[in-house]
Amino acid sequence: MLPAYDLVYETYGTLNAAKSNAILVCHALSGHHHVAGMYADQPKSLGWWDNLIGPGRPLDTERFFVVGVNNLGGCHGSTGPSSPNPATSKPWGADFPVVTVDDWVQAQAQLADFLGIASWAAVVGGSLGGMQALQWAIDLPQRIRHALVIAAAPKLTAQNIAFNDVARQAIITDPDFHGGHFYEHATVPRRGLRLARMLGHITYLSDDQMGEKFGRVLRNDTGAYSFGYGVEFEIESYLRAQGDKFAGFFDANTYLLMTKALDYFDPAHRHDGDLAAALKPAVAKFLVVSFTTDWRFAPSRSREIVNALLKNDQDVSYAEVASSFGHDSFLLEEPQYHAVLRAYLGRIGL
Amino acid sequence: MTHLLNRPDFEVIAGWVQPGERVLDLGCGDGALLKLLIETRGVRGYGVDIDDANVLAAIANGINVIQSNLDAGLAGFVDGAFDHVVLSRTLQTIRHTQDVLTAMLRVGREAVVSFPNFGYWKNRLAVLGGRMPVSEDLPYQWFDTPNVRFFTMLDFEALCEEMHILVRDRQVLDEQGKLVTEEHNFLGSLAVYRITRMP
Repeated sequence: MLPAYDLVYETYGTLNAAKSNAILVCHALSGHHHVAGMYADQPKSLGWWDNLIGPGRPLDTERFFVVGVNNLGGCHGSTGPSSPNPATSKPWGADFPVVTVDDWVQAQAQLADFLGIASWAAVVGGSLGGMQALQWAIDLPQRIRHALVIAAAPKLTAQNIAFNDVARQAIITDPDFHGGHFYEHATVPRRGLRLARMLGHITYLSDDQMGEKFGRVLRNDTGAYSFGYGVEFEIESYLRAQGDKFAGFFDANTYLLMTKALDYFDPAHRHDGDLAAALKPAVAKFLVVSFTTDWRFAPSRSREIVNALLKNDQDVSYAEVASSFGHDSFLLEEPQYHAVLRAYLGRIGL
Repeated sequence: MTHLLNRPDFEVIAGWVQPGERVLDLGCGDGALLKLLIETRGVRGYGVDIDDANVLAAIANGINVIQSNLDAGLAGFVDGAFDHVVLSRTLQTIRHTQDVLTAMLRVGREAVVSFPNFGYWKNRLAVLGGRMPVSEDLPYQWFDTPNVRFFTMLDFEALCEEMHILVRDRQVLDEQGKLVTEEHNFLGSLAVYRITRMP
C-alpha cells in the first residue's frame, strides 16, 4: 500500500461553467501527461499526441478541456518506483507495489474530483491507454459519457505476455538491475532497458513498413557485407538508437510495472471470461478503432470488445482503419483515423 | 406520404418498423435510413458498412456503425438480436446469397430485402435488344458493376420457397419510386420484401 501519492498532470483549453467538456487522455506504456504543445523554452518538447490534440485538431482544445496525466507508477513526475519511499527515504525501487489498470482509474478519478469534474465528456486512449478508457466505463460508469478505445485489446494473448516477459527478463537479468534497487548503486540497467525497448519497438511496427523503411539497406554505402557482428543493416542501427534513447530517460522499474499492468488487464476475469458480462455496467457510448496492420493488438482483438458491446445492446461504433504503420498507427496522423475521431468527438454534446 | 430523403424504398421500410424496435442495417451507407427510423420510429439500431467514407459519414450522423464486411459483421451478432435486419439494394452484390439470407434471419426476427428487379420490362427490352440493361435501379455498365447476381422477383420468391422463408409483405416501385399495383415482376424496377422464417 502506498501511504500517499502525487499525480502530475497538464490541462489544455478551458473547463466550461457546467464542467461538462472535460476529456481525459490516458497514456500507453511509455507515455505521460505532456500530450500536446511544447514548453516555451524547449523546442524538442512536442507532446506525444500533439497531432491529435490542440486548437482546431480532432480533439479540439477550443471546445474541450483536455487533461493529460502521468499514471501512478510512472517516471515523469507522478509517484513511482524512482520516488522516495517515506519509510526509508530511499527510492521505492522493487518495493513499489504492482499497480493495475483499475488502480489507475481510481487514481485518475481522484484527479477528476480534485478538478471538480463529476463526469468526463470522454476518456480517450490508445493501446494501454484504450484499456484504461474501457476500465473507466466498467468501474465508474456514471463518470464517463464516451469511451474512445483505440488500438487496444480486452486482454493480452499468450504471445503478448511472452513479448512482455522477454522485455522484463532483459531488465531483471541486467547485472545493473540490483533486484530493482539500482538507484542506491548509482547505476541504471541500461542494457536491459535498451533490449526491452528494441523488442517492444519491433512489435509496434508492421513487417511491411519495416521492409519499406529499412529493407536490407546497409549502414555502409559500399553495398558490401562486412561479415561481422557490428551494425550491418540500417534496421539494426535504428533499433539500437531507439533503445539507447529510451534507456537514457525511462525508469526500468516503471517499464516492468507498465508491462505487468498490461499482463494483468482482463476485465472479464472476474466474470468467468465473459467480457459482455464485464461490460454490462457501462453506460458510456463507445468508439472502438483498430488498424489493419496492427499485429500487437490486431483488429480481431478490437472486435472482441465490439462484439461484447453488441451482445449487450450498448452504443458502439467501430472503425477499422487501413494503415501500413502497425500498432504505432494510433500515434500517427492517418487521415481516415483523424477524420473518424473528429466526426465522433464533434458530435459529443457538452 | 412525403418523400423521405428521396428514397421511396425507405418509406416502405419505415412503414414496416414499429416504434422502439431494434434494427440492423447492412450496408448502411451514411446511416440515412437508420437516422430516419431513429427520428420517426424511435428504434435502436446499428449499421454495418465496409466503406471508409460511409463509416465516417455514419459516425458524423451519430449512427452506431460497425466497419465490417457482411459475413464478419453478422458473426458478431447473437441470434435474434434484432426485430428487423435490413439489406437495402445490396443482395445483388453478394456472392453467397443464401448464406446472407440465412444469417439475416438468424440475427433478426424479420428481414427486409430490397433489390433491383431484373424482370422489369425495360430490362427485358434491353436484353431483347441484345444489350445488358442500364437503368435507374441498375445504373452500372456491365464491365464496372458491383452487382454479381441478376435475378427477378419470381426468382427471389422461388428461392424463398426453397429456403423455407415466408414472404410477409412486398412492395414494388417503378423507376420514379411510385408504388406498382399490378404485374409487379413486369412493371416493378425495385422490389422491397419483408421476409421471415416459416413457422
